[in-house]
Amino acid sequence: MSDQGSFYQRDRSWHPPAFTPSYKTSVLRSPQQPLLSLENTISELTGPVFGHDKLGPLDNDLLRNFAKTGDPIGQRIVVYGRVLDENARPVPGALLEFWQANAGGRYRHKKETYLAAIDPNFGGCGRAITDEEGRYWFRTIKPGAYPWPNGVNDWRPAHIHFSVFGHAFAQRLITQMYFEGDPMIWQDPIVATIPDKSAIEQLVAALDRQNTLPMDALAYKFDIVLRGRRSTMFENRMEGN
Amino acid sequence: MVQKLPFLKESPSQTAGPYVHIGTNPNWVEITGVWKEDLGLVLVGPETKGERIVIKGRVFDGAGDPLKDALLEIWQADAEGLYNSPQEKRGKADPNFVGWGRQPADGTTGEYRFETIKPGRVPYKDGRLMAPHITVWIVARGINTGLHTRLYFSDEEAANAECPVLARIAHKARVPTLIATRAEENGLPTYTFDIHIQGEKETVFFDI
Repeated sequence: MSDQGSFYQRDRSWHPPAFTPSYKTSVLRSPQQPLLSLENTISELTGPVFGHDKLGPLDNDLLRNFAKTGDPIGQRIVVYGRVLDENARPVPGALLEFWQANAGGRYRHKKETYLAAIDPNFGGCGRAITDEEGRYWFRTIKPGAYPWPNGVNDWRPAHIHFSVFGHAFAQRLITQMYFEGDPMIWQDPIVATIPDKSAIEQLVAALDRQNTLPMDALAYKFDIVLRGRRSTMFENRMEGN
Repeated sequence: MVQKLPFLKESPSQTAGPYVHIGTNPNWVEITGVWKEDLGLVLVGPETKGERIVIKGRVFDGAGDPLKDALLEIWQADAEGLYNSPQEKRGKADPNFVGWGRQPADGTTGEYRFETIKPGRVPYKDGRLMAPHITVWIVARGINTGLHTRLYFSDEEAANAECPVLARIAHKARVPTLIATRAEENGLPTYTFDIHIQGEKETVFFDI
């Protein structure tokens, strides 16, 4: 029995719906027609592979990969975890890309206008590929919260964006990681697009005192789950046939 | 009580936000020196087999305005209809074609553009051939879960007519939303594929 079948259907009640008026930008950017359900074909069961040779030695070190004159300002943290599938099996070779604001809540982007200062030593991007056991890690500074134009006084909680490639294009996912104990998680219109509280909690990284770097950095554990495939019990047909 | 099933839940999606490029195309937003080249910009090299084509277009919101912050990814078979993926068991794809691309929409006009090759046909689950197509994935601020669609080709009328996926679309008037229109531009076949997230011309999106 191996995972060679179609992917489990995506649980659309676990994900945010497309139309979420409290997050105003979604109103005109949400399809209104039903999505067309498509049994996976070879076009969705396949996906690109990114080799470890694509990465540079500082790609997972946001403290150093942009620094010009010293380390960036902010709380030093290590973020680590595993990429698993819905069958609870590790996903090796998964490319993760992450991006975030600096400690003051300011992104380094030409369209960003928030008045908090740019940090000359912080770019805010990094990437990693999971090892054979699906593990990844990177170090960075804890991003700040920031205000954004939605309501007149809406704030994003501290978060790190994640883009994840599994083994198939059907697994493609972009999500965000939040930090344990942050009260601002529960007043954020973007978090609130997720209907189920336990689904939101799946995006909250746990503070892990066992894996801190003593006298250096706190650690947060963030596991990511991608879609899993059916087992091919009582089935022995070639893929794509 | 019953035994527990061993499954995990998929991590819920969140919007890519307006600054997705920091993570995916840092050089494009002037974050230079972290890595040399943003992934997915170049699909085709001199050794790649197949007909060179351009695909371009814009992504429109429900008010008819183009998204200037959208990010598009494409995934496609090679000229022979094979995917460059370990999950591909039918043969070995062109080693000079990965088949995956990623481009940000232009920050001023909203236009995206890929230079690629025309893919070959690949089979549906029952073995019937699908028409040549490219899988397209769109993320942006305001899109809570990435949108999957497919690009088909206007000069593949016969193949499109027998494609089992296009045949699944009950409202035939919506089929043309998936068909890119061919024209010659600068000597290259250029397919225009505009995507409408919402409204009368809403593109067919897939739950794959």
